[in-house]
Formats: sequence, C-alpha cells, structure tokens
Amino acid sequence: MSGNEAASPAPPVMPKSSRLIAALAIIAMVSGLLVAMTFQVTAPRIALNKQRALEKAIFSVLPDASVHANFSAKDGALEPLPADAFAEANLFAGYDEEGRLVGIATEGSARGYQDVVRILYAYSPESECIVGITVLQSSETPGIGDQVESDPAFLQNFDCLDAKLDAEKSRLAHEIVTVKNGKKTQPWEIDGISGATITSVAIGAALNQSAQSMLPLVQANRDLLAAKEGADQ
Amino acid sequence: MSQDPRAPAELSWETLTQGVWKENPVFVMLLGLCPVLAVTNTASNALAMGLATTFVLLCSGVLVSLLRKLIPKQVRIACYIIIIATFVTITDYAIQAISLDIYKALGAFIQLIVVNCVILGRAEAYASKNKVANAFVNALGMGIGFTLALLCLGIVREVFGFGTLFGIDLFGPNFQPWAVFALPPGGFFVLAFWLFLFAYVRQRRNPSKEEEHAA
Repeated sequence: MSGNEAASPAPPVMPKSSRLIAALAIIAMVSGLLVAMTFQVTAPRIALNKQRALEKAIFSVLPDASVHANFSAKDGALEPLPADAFAEANLFAGYDEEGRLVGIATEGSARGYQDVVRILYAYSPESECIVGITVLQSSETPGIGDQVESDPAFLQNFDCLDAKLDAEKSRLAHEIVTVKNGKKTQPWEIDGISGATITSVAIGAALNQSAQSMLPLVQANRDLLAAKEGADQ
Repeated sequence: MSQDPRAPAELSWETLTQGVWKENPVFVMLLGLCPVLAVTNTASNALAMGLATTFVLLCSGVLVSLLRKLIPKQVRIACYIIIIATFVTITDYAIQAISLDIYKALGAFIQLIVVNCVILGRAEAYASKNKVANAFVNALGMGIGFTLALLCLGIVREVFGFGTLFGIDLFGPNFQPWAVFALPPGGFFVLAFWLFLFAYVRQRRNPSKEEEHAA
C-alpha cells in the first residue's frame, strides 16, 4: 500500500486524529448508554423468564409438587435460601398441597455428543429413587440424540431408578450406569437408546456424578428439607 | 445501469422492492448465509431470526444515515460496527425478555448478527450515502427480503424434518420425519433448491436483460 500511495495523484487529506478519536468516542458512549438503558429495562423481565423456565422444569419432574423451596448445597452443607434467590440455589425441594415433601430436584451435567447436556432430575428421599428427568440444555442431534427428551421407553427408566446409598450413607450403593438397549438387568441401570448411545451414556454419567455428591447430603438433611421452611406459595 | 451507483438515489417504490426481489440478500447476493443455514430448521426460528435481523438493519441503517456527515471516512467501518453491535445487544436482551425458548433456539446466532454482511453491506453501500427516509425504506425492504428467504427455507425444512408448520402438526402421528431436513445438510439442500428456483424464475421473467449481461 505505502509504495502505491506515493505514486497516486493527490492523496486524500487526512483529518486530525483527534477528530477521528472524538467521533469514535462519542459513538461508543452513545452506544454504551443505549445498551445500559436496555439492560436496565429488560433485566427484571429476563430474571422472571428464567425463574419461570426453572419452575416449569421443577414441576415437570415433580408433578405432585405444588410449591417449591430453594436450597444451596455447597461444601457438604445444605442451607435454605429465600424464595427469590432461585438463581443461587442448586437444590429444590418440592411439597404437595398438604406441605409434605414429595421429592427434591437438582441439576446434573455431563458431556454429550455435541456439547454439555444439562439435566434436572427428581429424587424421592422416601423411596430412594430417581423419579424423573428433564433436559435443561442440550444441543444434541435433532431426531437422534434429542430422543432422550421424548422416547417413552427411555423415560420409563426414571419411573424409579434405584439410587440407594451404601451402609455409611456417604455414596451410592451402586453406581448409576447406562447399558446397551435391552440389556438392563439391575434397577440402577439405565436402558440406553440404540443409535443415541453417547447421549444416553451422558445422562447416566450426569446422574451418577451429581447423585454421588448430592444424595448423601439430602439424606443427612431430611429433617431440614421436610420442614418446608422458606417454601414460596 | 449507466447511472453512477454512488449518487444518492430518489425515494421510490424501487427503494423498497430492491431488497425483496432484485437484490434479495440471500437469493441474489448470497449474503448472511451463516444464519440462513443454521437457524432455519423450523419456520418460527426462521421468522424470529428474520425479524431480529430486520430490526438491527432498520435501526443501524437510520443511525448510520443520520450520522453520515459526522463520521470521518477513515473510521467509518469501526463506527458502523459499534452502531450495529449496539443494536444487536439490544435485540439480544429484548429476545431474552420476550421468550427464553426462542433465545435458546437461536443460540449464538443472535450475537452473530453483528457480523452479518447484509447489515454492514447496507450501512456501507446505502445508508452512508442516502437520506434517512431512503435508508429506512431500503433497510425495511432488505429486512423483508431476508425474512422471506429465511421463511422459505424454514417452512420447507420444518414440514419435511418435523412434519409440522409453526409447531402445528400437519400429517398426524404416522408421519416419519425426514430428519436430514432438520440437520445442517438439509439446510444446504433446501438452499440449493431455492437458489435454483429463484435463478430460473428471474431468467424466465426477463431473458433479454440476462442476454445483455452476457454480451
């Protein structure tokens, strides 16, 4: 470029760099103002949408529940959170109309075929079973991997998937594993979908990993969970 | 066309229809193909993406046209990108506020509107040289053209790939979805089909002009 410029007739007059900087700065500032204003206006609405989406997921895995309470499970301790702190919560307790604990819902995630698959699953402390799952986020292949969300035979695995704790109540008695389609023999095994093996295995891995750490905590704190404190109406 | 393309154009019906037919951003200029292929697996995704892009096109077109005398030529591309990015961010928040489901379906492609060549192309080739009203009408035409093109793909892919249209079941429970249409290869197949159809119809409508071009 520099070699050609010398030869070209009448090079264009370069305006002062201060003018260029001023123009860019003013445009950037106006942009910043517009974005900040939009953020302020939409932030409460976005938070509400996120809460609704999460509540929908909780009540879909715990269909008997009518209210839920937020808890935070961190570093081996379980703490109740106020009803509006759903964003920090990672464990939700569901209660029926009489205020009895019907189950807890918490998240698990594992690597799938395309990207991380995030699921929400329900656990019944009474029967020590995983009683339902729903997919929160996945980008699995449409028509193949996303069958884990809809395939009735696969979802039947979670009518009561065994998640009993061992004698010390510190971990699962049997690891939750996904087996090949039609090879399920034990109540803690998940019957995979043939053709969608990787996604089925990911669901099993997500459940196992989360259940290993969460469920001992749930069983140790059953009194706290059953008390229905902080449940919102 | 003997007219200098850089001269400000008169506001006419042509200003609007240019983007829909003669210079359709997808079927004629083949711009912005990334969202065209990626988010047209259902008609509603295609519509949402088309409307989002139209909004950004309109707002950035008007603002670029308003500021066309103030933006120094040397930093114009940087200025356009800032303006476009602003409206993309606004759209991003707005869609999250309207529906998280649509937001999830469109994924990263909302943010990627910022690098959609249709918008930068309009800012550089039209809005920066024309009056605000012209820029608005032209951007609207381009937006309509882009949305229609996305819908053309989205409708075909949803009907074959899911057996539905805008989520309404068309064929009943015995329909076996043709999954390839919902997958990325389906996007290429359907785009190829529409490009063929569009080029064929254009040539049939004015064969003499095409020959002139060839000569």
